[in-house]
This record gives sequence, structure tokens and C-alpha cells, in this order.
Amino acid sequence: MTGYRLPNSGLVDRAATLEFRFDGKRFTGHAGDTLASALLANDQLLLARSFKYHRPRGLVTAGVSEPNALMTIGSGARTDANTRATVAELYAGLEARSQNNWPSLKHDVGALNNLLSPFLSAGFYYKTFMWPAAFWEKLYEPLIRRAAGLGRAVLESDPESYEKCWTHCDLLIVGSGPAGLSAALTAGRAGLRVVLAEQDFRLGGALLSETTTIGEQTAPAFAETVLSELGTLPNVTLMPRTTVFGWYDDNVFGAVERVQKHVAQPLAKLPVERLWRIAAKRALLATGAEERPLVFGGNDRPGVMTASAIGTYANRFGVAAGKSVAIFTNGNAGYRTAEDLARQGVGITAIIDTRADAPSRSAEALKDVRIIKGAGIIDTMGGQRLNKLVFERSGYEEVIACDAIGMSGGFNPVIHLACQRGARPVWSVELDTFVAPDVGGGLSIVGAAAGRYSLSACLADGAEKAATIAADLGFAATSYEAPAVGEEVDPSFTALWYVPGAKSKAFVDFQNDVQARDLGLALREGFGHVEHAKRYTTNGMATDQGKLSGVNAAGILAGMRGVSPAEVGITTFRPFYTPVSFGALAGTARDMHAAPKRVSPLHGWAERNGAVFVEAGLWYRSSWFPREGEKTWRQATDREVLNVRENVGLCDVSTLGKIEVFGSDAAEFLNRLYCNPMAKLPIGKARYGLMLREDGIVYDDGTVSRFGENHFFVTTTTGLAAGVLSHMEYCAQILWPELDVRFTSVTDQWAQMSIAGPKARDVVQALVEDDISNKAFPYLSAGVVTLKGGLKARLFRISFSGELAFELAVPASFGESVADAVMEAGRAHGICAYGLEALNVLRLEKGYVTHAEFDGRVTPDDAGFGRMVSAQKLDFIGKRLSTRYGLTAADRMQMVGLKPVEKDKTIRAGAHLLKEGAKPSTINDQGYVSSASFSPVLDHDIALAFLKSGRERYGERIVVWDRLKNEETVAEVCEPVFVDTQSTKLKV
Amino acid sequence: MASLIHCPHCGIRPKEEFTVRGDASLVRPEPDASDEAWHEYVHIRANPRGRTREHWQHLYGCRRFLVVERDTVTHEVYSVTDGAAAARGGSR
Amino acid sequence: MRYSAFALVKQALQGNRGWTPAWREPQPKPHYDVIIVGGGGHGLATAYYLAKEFGVKNIAVLEKGYLGSGNVGRNTTIVRSNYLLPGNEPFYEFSLKLWEGLEQDLNYNVMLSQRGIINLFHNDADRDAHIRRGNAMWMEGVPAEMLDRETLKKMMPFLNFDHARFPIMGGLLQKRAGTARHDAVAWGFARGADRHGVDLIQHCEVTGIRRENGVVVGVETSRGFIGCGKLGLAAAGNTSVVGQMAGLKLPIESHVLQAFVTEGLKPCIDHVITYGAGHFYISQSDKGGLVFGAEIDGFSSYAQRGGLATVEHVMEEGVTMIPGLSRVRVLRSWGGVMDMSMDGSPIISRTDIDNLYLNCGWCYGGFKATPASGFCFAHLIAKGETHPAARFLRLDRFERGYPIDEHGAGPQPNLH
Repeated sequence: MTGYRLPNSGLVDRAATLEFRFDGKRFTGHAGDTLASALLANDQLLLARSFKYHRPRGLVTAGVSEPNALMTIGSGARTDANTRATVAELYAGLEARSQNNWPSLKHDVGALNNLLSPFLSAGFYYKTFMWPAAFWEKLYEPLIRRAAGLGRAVLESDPESYEKCWTHCDLLIVGSGPAGLSAALTAGRAGLRVVLAEQDFRLGGALLSETTTIGEQTAPAFAETVLSELGTLPNVTLMPRTTVFGWYDDNVFGAVERVQKHVAQPLAKLPVERLWRIAAKRALLATGAEERPLVFGGNDRPGVMTASAIGTYANRFGVAAGKSVAIFTNGNAGYRTAEDLARQGVGITAIIDTRADAPSRSAEALKDVRIIKGAGIIDTMGGQRLNKLVFERSGYEEVIACDAIGMSGGFNPVIHLACQRGARPVWSVELDTFVAPDVGGGLSIVGAAAGRYSLSACLADGAEKAATIAADLGFAATSYEAPAVGEEVDPSFTALWYVPGAKSKAFVDFQNDVQARDLGLALREGFGHVEHAKRYTTNGMATDQGKLSGVNAAGILAGMRGVSPAEVGITTFRPFYTPVSFGALAGTARDMHAAPKRVSPLHGWAERNGAVFVEAGLWYRSSWFPREGEKTWRQATDREVLNVRENVGLCDVSTLGKIEVFGSDAAEFLNRLYCNPMAKLPIGKARYGLMLREDGIVYDDGTVSRFGENHFFVTTTTGLAAGVLSHMEYCAQILWPELDVRFTSVTDQWAQMSIAGPKARDVVQALVEDDISNKAFPYLSAGVVTLKGGLKARLFRISFSGELAFELAVPASFGESVADAVMEAGRAHGICAYGLEALNVLRLEKGYVTHAEFDGRVTPDDAGFGRMVSAQKLDFIGKRLSTRYGLTAADRMQMVGLKPVEKDKTIRAGAHLLKEGAKPSTINDQGYVSSASFSPVLDHDIALAFLKSGRERYGERIVVWDRLKNEETVAEVCEPVFVDTQSTKLKV
Repeated sequence: MASLIHCPHCGIRPKEEFTVRGDASLVRPEPDASDEAWHEYVHIRANPRGRTREHWQHLYGCRRFLVVERDTVTHEVYSVTDGAAAARGGSR
Repeated sequence: MRYSAFALVKQALQGNRGWTPAWREPQPKPHYDVIIVGGGGHGLATAYYLAKEFGVKNIAVLEKGYLGSGNVGRNTTIVRSNYLLPGNEPFYEFSLKLWEGLEQDLNYNVMLSQRGIINLFHNDADRDAHIRRGNAMWMEGVPAEMLDRETLKKMMPFLNFDHARFPIMGGLLQKRAGTARHDAVAWGFARGADRHGVDLIQHCEVTGIRRENGVVVGVETSRGFIGCGKLGLAAAGNTSVVGQMAGLKLPIESHVLQAFVTEGLKPCIDHVITYGAGHFYISQSDKGGLVFGAEIDGFSSYAQRGGLATVEHVMEEGVTMIPGLSRVRVLRSWGGVMDMSMDGSPIISRTDIDNLYLNCGWCYGGFKATPASGFCFAHLIAKGETHPAARFLRLDRFERGYPIDEHGAGPQPNLH
């Protein structure tokens, strides 16, 4: 074949010449070209290697279904692998590389597979490589794996940006061919909000490749006229370069707009791709129809394309696929392509028609063309470039020289989207293909996609269906009548699934190298169900997802089984219609924007005090506050802990969930919510609260404070703040709607700081007008106080360190200045800021629990809170199921303390427990360490652990088994409190 | 249903704004109901293939729990009503 | 016909015309000793082991579609035994051991690829949880390793180490974990079962379960009544529907889980990797596609398809974990209907009804469990007693207070 640029035809801008490279070689094309059309114009036929046999391949199509011409475009971090050259818009500086070959496209060692093909039949790998067993992973699989894939992903951070949008419309039209345009014009004139989405960079669809006239105009000119009117309608949005890839529930369509994929240097201010979720009241599928390849021997040689692709290259791009083109057809459409080519001066060597009874055509352009009826191509020749074909008729073979073959095997409506939500395609006897089922009013199929192939039918169908939709939606009807169409293509054909007598490989799925005989093998081995055949042979599993091969495979299987394709069916259509990048679907959610960032109102204060921050859910929390000379987190943390125990420290606890609860039934509500009693909590008091799930397992803990008869304030852990609020809403709205209770999250409204240590009162009193002596404001008091200067604040005498402690809450905007004032007031008392790490050590030394202990499998009793659970209360969440046998069994794991017997040994959270001398096994597993740390007060490691029947085992020696670290430490089981065991410091 | 939900308070909103709590036909037993009744309430699900009623919360909206009546095969939504109103009405 | 390299060569030289069907297509007999409902991975494995290991002779598998048309063919093909709880770990390790000998046992290459799984973690609490899990694995004799950030950086430079919202702290590695070719697992078990005389009956939908005096005696099907001695249900996804035919009340909700594959790429991701600050998991198939998934959509559903919101969420997690995925294109998404149980763990159990046995509740874990599920279910059906590896997977564990709650999420299925 010899591709060349035709002198006059086509829609490319011949004034704009674009330079580009393919495999390092320099080429030129024109604006309006695809990479494929430009390569063809330069007679670059060999474009790719197939997946399995590495066969040389060229273009088969001129559109999204292209199975062969996949290439890598771009360089560095801007590399896009597996891009179909047939849809890649040409731009100056485009760099493309071929794929799946070594050392070069022309000389590819992988082509050896082609010679071995008898041994590489469908599913061969299931039948071998099993002996010797170890060889599969050591030898065979690495070999297979090396051959995997087509393009190479660079997996570097993507420098470009993406975004997502919603849009809403009355009517979404997918496809801007004749049916789409007439529908858009009808609906647009009627006033509907219309979105017209077209995957191509140029609107017009099949009209752009059409040579007939519409009214007085050429088809492309007609498209221009319609588009210019649509452009003036404010209610119509035209979206070129936008592929609708999925149809989802509620008539929402997913679409991706390629905003800057066609430019060498994308502008930073714009995304390269944009994801659209289009919520459409109605939608029209105007996606046209696709010509089927014919399955014949040698049908994959570069130079063999669908006839419509050859037509499109000539008519739209002004590129001839060859100088002597043969058309191989089973219908009348092939003749039309031949006429179009002949009129443009392209040589037609022959038209080979599989139909012996094909109607005679008398087109002037074809008067000298040899027409061979009742014949079939059985082989092609020419190595990497077609130069001859062999056809067979009535037992006689003949060789014809040609440099391109246009194959025309009939048409398949493009119904992918309509079948993505469970409805199966329906076999049409008249059309000899699968058509879309009735999928309800939301999505209608129109034009060629509905099997109405002629141009006039498409124009009429689009207008008619759009008018119906307009009327349905209550718009005043307008009608649109397109001008008369000139000579029409006759789309009739006689289905032929397989051309008999193939003398070389006849491919059904080009990319995956699935031949007709592979389908035969599948059938022979019991894989005749269309889904089995697909999975066994990989037919339809390539990047085109069976767009070209699916119907042919169904036809071939049907033929072999002796049934109708209706009985065989076709494999399931699923999103995505064409592949979509991760980037477009992810949008802006990446890197540091992967999740929202929450910072405490005291964040600035913490920064000023030198905090090191750590992610805690969405929050950044201050973790430790290193001082000069401190090299490790441990040094800072130890100092902070000791300072709190000896003097005083300030810790930011603002991230705790805070919920304000009001209502005459607030007390009753909280009483049912927590497993311990809350109804009689006195005003001005705080109480620890434990919340269960309905299955009796601990859900969350926190404090409940009462500010008034009908006013409470509850805190949750940082991690479950959102979950607890939602749980409370469920209880209030669904379980107990009769209770008079209202609540709201005030987490972000308050800055809350814990001031803990023996000197805490001195520091806080210096700032507070009110008397906070132990007598006036004893342990577990909660109240509103006035800060010096007049600010109202909330003060709680609660402690998570075991020290004398106050939690001071002020409106968020005052947080930093109050914290600064506390630090100032505390300076004389040796105050330090302390972080999450110190907080954790302090609580561990006292045996206080966190979600390291409450991991969603622990009962109150497991953690030593058994007596807190109210036996008196009639009902609370979790009451009934907490008494189940397994939840009260004596051998449950209970929380204990652990101390290493040799003080210099370490204990790590996550280690498991074994009896001394016991062999490690799941049955011998005694429990695990939930939290551990070094205690600077005790100068050795301490831990909380869950141990089977643990509370009976104080004093026992147990092995702390950390196999991951290859460490064993003998520890003594003890009560889970290590410091100030009598709690003498708390209540002074 | 998997794309848009018509919240009776906020209008048609994207599914991302909602979370699903689960079967809305379950009624929390009385405190003195049988162990079996409690077990079934917490653990047993009718899990119908077809019409079902489910609690969805409009978490990033009005925060109301809604009863979404829908089909588990087609995902067609028949109605969306306020959950508390349904609970008060004893219609569950 | 025995498969081997020799057979392959011999057949190739004869034009591959001598291959015989992988399984027969028998007509249903009036009565079987054991009927398994569900011709997916678990049902086929059950039948295979019943015949091969437990000497049961007269077995049928009834499948309403084609063999392997359910979740065995619509998962992310991950095989692993890195569980935390004693109710799960021994079972999944038993399964992994069966996987390791499966190809020779079945004479079918299921392409088990022990590429290793790495569970990333991103904060101290997660690290501690992974240490606990790794040590739990070792307790069962299952090797596990902790990898620190620097090691991971060398092994997988493509992970987000530079601009991560949740920086990677380390990972837990199980080297023996990996992937297998999912369809081949169904076909291998089907062929193996068939070779042991099991009748595999496709396109035969069970429409009722017939009981006499409370005892199961057979099933009504789209192809008529078929009697049986014992009936095993292995119809995950549709467990509630089938169970209802016998009046079973089940702790199951059906949910849709989506999975995805990209266009074929040259090898770039060697391991199975899971994201710790979300629920994303990814591996690369021997064909080159990146196979990945994340969480269920969250609503109960019997539709084998999910929503766009979840699709986007999955991609967000993917790009967050591996920024370079951004320009990789996703080829196809699909959905499977999961039995989500109330504690996130499976059920292999007798029921209150004589002769009726239940295999369900596989949640996210069905594929990797396939061999052990079949083996333990066959053991239960044949011997009437629980296999030790599955002794905690009882149906009555919820009522008795012995949930196996790997995630600590409680009895809300869409949280597991």
C-alpha cells in the first residue's frame, strides 16, 4: 500500500503544516489531521506490533475502535501510553513512539511467537507450566510477564491538573452526526437546555466523511450551517473532545473532556482533562454505527482496513490509503467507498463481493472496475506491507496486486452506553446485528445507532425524537425538517462471519491476536458460552473491548454451534466506553489535596512554640515540642512528661469532638446513649461516659458535663467525632423521635486546652476571676468562668494525665491569645507545652484508655469498666446484646498492665503474649499489647495489654512475643496503673 | 439512586453527600423483648431482591436520616421521606 | 485428558484438533447424594473436594448461569493470608497452603503468582495494628515482615513519598501472598470435579427447596425437581434469596463491589499493594493490566454495577497512593454482588434444618478463600463436623456473642 495526500479533498487546513515525530523520524501533517491520518499521508504503514504474536500491524479504523495503532505520545512525566493514533489530534511537536517491540518496530524479536503460534493456542497457559512446580514462578511466569502489556507507563508524578464539574440539562445528545445535529437543532429551537457531546475534536460525526449532498450543500458544509445556528442558541452547549463514557443511575452520564490533550504545552491555568457528570432529564444516543471487519486469511496485514476507514481518510482527511485499492465487501456499502475513492482519482483494482447474487451497480465511477461476485479473499501477501491478495471463487484461486484492502462486513450500531446498566442487546434479524434494547424513557437511541443507517433517516429520526422529548418535557413543539439528501448509501449486506478457505491466520480480535480457530478451540473444549469464549480466548478483552470483534465472535460461535447469534448473545458492555485516565476521574484530589486539612484554633500557638505536627485523621495535631539540644522525639517527650508530673504543662485538646446538647429530654437522651448513668448528673458536674454499639461493644468514650437542667456538653474522641454525631442523630431521629432533644457539633467553635500538673491551679487561677480552689471547684467540676479581662470561658476539672488538671475552653478566635496568656502566667511555674506523644505517655502511666484499647472488639468489662455499666437502667444502646455468652465469657481477654522483668527490656505495641515455655501458635496466643511506651517517671517500659482472663493473673510472668522484631521480653502482669496508683494527685 | 438522591428537605443532591445506615424496616425492640428479637434486630436482615427501605443520612446537607424506598436490582427510587416523621408515625 | 507440555506439543502438531471438552454437559439425574447450589468458585471447589477427598460419589453442582459467572470471575484476584483474628487466620492460611499445591492437584495452571502483598500504614496507631497483625500471622506460623519507609522507597519509588497528605510510614509484607488467574480457578475446579464424576449442570436455576418433615429432600429448579440427600448452598451474592427458599434468617446484606482494570502496560507494579489511608488495592496481571478496587458502594444491591461516585473515589485513592497512575487509562469497571456479613467474616455452617448446609458471607474475601472454603464445606457436608480451620465460622456466632470482627466495625455490613 502507498498512502498519500490527495490533492484537493478533505477538511484539513493545508495552509497549516505541523511537524511531528514518530519513532524519532520527522514527518509533517496538517491542522485537522489525526496522528493516524498524518502517518498514512506520509505512507507510514507499519505502526504497531500485536500483543501475542507481535505481528506487524497498521491502521484498521479511523476512530475510537482502533485495535492496532496504539502508541506512546509525549515524553517524561507527560507520557501517555496506549494512545490510539486514530483519535489523537495532531499538533506541532507531537512525539509518538511505537510500542511492544524490541529492538525496533521493523525488526521485532517478539515476532518469533508467531512461529510458535500452534503451541500458543487459546488458553495454552492453563495446560502447561505446571511441572516442575517451582518453575512456574521462577522461570515461566517471569517470561510471560515480560511479554505483558503494550505501552510503558512512566509512573511519575503528573505535572498537569484535572478538574471535575457537574452540569444539568434537559437533553443530552451523545454524538454530533446527522441524527445528533438534527436533534440538537430541534430541541435547541424549542428552548430545551441541550448538551451536545462529541468525542471527536470536530463536530459533525459521519457528515464529515460523507460525500453526498444535503440540500444544496455538501454534507460537511451542512454540518457547519447547523452548528453555526446551534452556536447562537444560548441554551445549547456544544462539547467537542468530550467522550461520554458511562451511563449511571438517575440518568447521570460520566463524560471526560480533553481540554488540552491536543497542545504541546498545556496552559497551567487550565486542566488537561475535565470530568463532567451530566445530569440529564433525557438523553439521546446518536453514536452512529460501525463497519464490521471481515474475518479472512491475512486480514491483519498493514494495508487492510475497514472500507469506511479508507473512506474517512480520503473524504475527511484527504488521504488515500493506497494507489490500487481492493474492496472486499458483503454488501453495497463497499461499492460506495469504491466510488468515492475512484472519483478522487484513487485506483480501484477490484471489488470482491462475497455475494454471488449481488445486485449490479452501474455507477459511472466504477465502470472500469473489475467486480468479482461470489468470491472471498483467502490470503494476503507482502510482509509488513500489503502488495497482493489471493481470492477464491468456485474453487479457483487468483492473485491480484493491490496496496490496500477496504473490508466492509456490514454495520453494528454503537449501543455501548445503552447496555451498561444491565439491559442486554437484542439480536435483529433484519439488521443482522445486535441492537439496543428498550431502556426506558431516560435514554433513547436515534439514527444509525438505532439501525436507521441512511442519512435522511438519521436526520428525520433525530428531529422526531427530539420533538417528542420536547413535548414530554412541556416545551412548545417546533419541528425541523432537514433538506433533502442526495444519493444515499445502501447499507444492505449479507452477513458473513467467516470467509472460508483461509490460507493464513484469520483474526477476529486484532490486538489480542485471537483467530477464528481459537474460538473453535474454545467451543471444542466446552467454552462455547460467549462469556466463556471471551475469557478463554481473550477475544474482546483488548483495549477496544470488543468494539470490532464482539459481533463477529458471536456470529462465528453461532455458526459453529449451528444456532442464531441471538442464542449466543454478546458479552456484557460495561463502562468505560473508551478508556479514561485516572487523572480525569480523580480530579483535584491528589497529593496534599487528597483529603481536607483541619487545624486546631491553637495551631498558630503550637507553631510558635516549636511544635512538630502529626496527621491524626484529617487533623494536624502537635506531637511534641522539641527544645534546643533535643535531638529525638523521645528526649522532648520525656521532658514534657516529667515537667507535667513535676510542674505544669499545656496541651491542645481542641480536636476532641464537642457536642452541645439541649432539650427537656436531653438528660434522658444521654442516659440512653451512654451505658453508665447520666440522668442524675448534677448541674456543674462532668462525668466520664462510655458509649456502646447496639452489639454491646464499646463504641466511644468522652465526658459529659451539665451546664443546666436542659443543657449538656459532651466530648468524643478525635477520631470518632463525626461518627458519634451521626450516631446521636440516628438515635434522636429514628430510635427516639419522641424525645425533646436538640444538639449540634461545636468542635470548631471552641479552643480547648488542658493545663495539667501540680501547679496547674496556680496558673489557671492567675487568669480566672472565679475561685477555683479545690473546695470551690473540686474534681469533676464543670462551669462557666470569667477570665481576667472579661472573656467568658468554660472550665472543666478533668484529667487525662492523672495530675491536677483543668480543661479551659474559650471561643476559637480567642484561643491563641488565651494560650499565650496561660504560657505567660505559667512561666514562673515552669510551664511547658506538651504534645500528643507526652499525652499518650501520661495516660498510659495512669492506665487510661484510647482507641488503641477500644478497637471495636472490646467490652466495657474487658477494659475494666464492667462496674460502670448500669444494671439499673431500663434501656440503653447496647444493653441487651452485651449480656451474650461470648461477651461475658470468663476466658475473654482483659486489660492488664505489663512491666518488663528486666527493666532495660522493651515492649512494643502489637506484640503478642505467650505463657512462658509455650510454643507459639494461634491456640497458645494469650493476647496482645495494645499500647506501650517508655515511662520517664519509672525509667522503664510499660504497657497496656489484653490478656486472657487477665485480671486473675496479676503477678504472673508472661512472654511478650514480637516475632516481627525477633524479640521476646518477659514481663510481669500487673494492674493497669503504673503511677500514683491511689490517685492522690488528682483530687487535691 | 447511585448518582442522585431527592432529599425532601434539600432537593436533588449528589449521592456523595449521603451515607447509608442500613435497613429501615427494622424496629428497635422493647427493652424486655426476647433475646431472639434483639438478636434479629441487630443481626438479621431481610435483604430483599427487589423493593427495600433503607436509612440514608444526608450527612453533608441537612443531616436528616431519610427513608429511601427503592429497588435493589434496578436502583429505581420510589420515594424518599424524612425518617423521623416515619418513625413518629409508626409506619416502619 | 491430562494437560502437560507434552500434550500441548502433540496437539499443536495435530492442529489443536484433538482437545476434548474440559467438562461434560450432563442432563440432571433425578437424585444426587449431594447437591451444591452455585457453580462459582466455592461451589465447584466444594464438589471437587467432596468427590476427591471425601469419597462422595453422586454429586451435582447447579448453576443458574454459566460456570464461574459470579464473583469468581469479577474480583481483583488477590490471594493472601494476612489476617488478624484467630477466627480467620488459620482458615485463610489453610487456603493459601491449598493454593500453593493447587496447580498440580488440579492439573490446571491457575497461574498463582506469589508476588507478595504489602499493606501500607501511615501513622503510629496503624503501625501498631499492623505489628499486631503480623505477629498474629507468625503465631499461626505464617511469615510476615515489617518494611520501613526507606526500604519501601527503594522497592517502590512510584509510591507517593514526597507530597503525601498521609505520608507512608511503612508496610507489612506477606511474601507468599499474590494473585491467581480468577477464571482459571473456576475452570480448574470444574474440570477437576467433572473428572471425579461430578455433574456440572449449567443454566439450571434453583427456584425452591423442598422439605419433607422438616428435612431437605431436594430442590425445584428451572429444569424440574432434583432430589438430594444433602444440600449445600454456595450462592454468595444471592445467599438471602436462596436461603429464603428454606426459611433461613441470615445475617447477610448484598452489596455491590466494583473492580477495575487498566489498559495493558509493560510490567511496572510487582506486588499487591494496599493503601492504608483508604481502602485501595492494586496489582498487575500477567497480561499487563493493573487490576484494582476499593470499597463497596455502600448501599444494598443485587445489581452487578455500581455508581460513578464510588468510581471517582477509587481513582482518587489510586492517584493519592501512586501519583503516576494519573495518566494511566482505566479500561473497564465491573461490579460483583457481595454477601456482606454482620462482622465482615464468612460463614461455613450447618443450619437448623437437617441436611441443609450453608457457605456464605464472604464479603471482600471470597476469592482467596476458594480452596479452603470448598475443602471445609466439603468436610462439613461429608462428615457432618466442622473442619478445624473453619471452626469459628459458625452461623450461630452472632447470637452467641462470638463475632469475628476484623475491622472492629460492628454489625453494620457496609462498614466492613
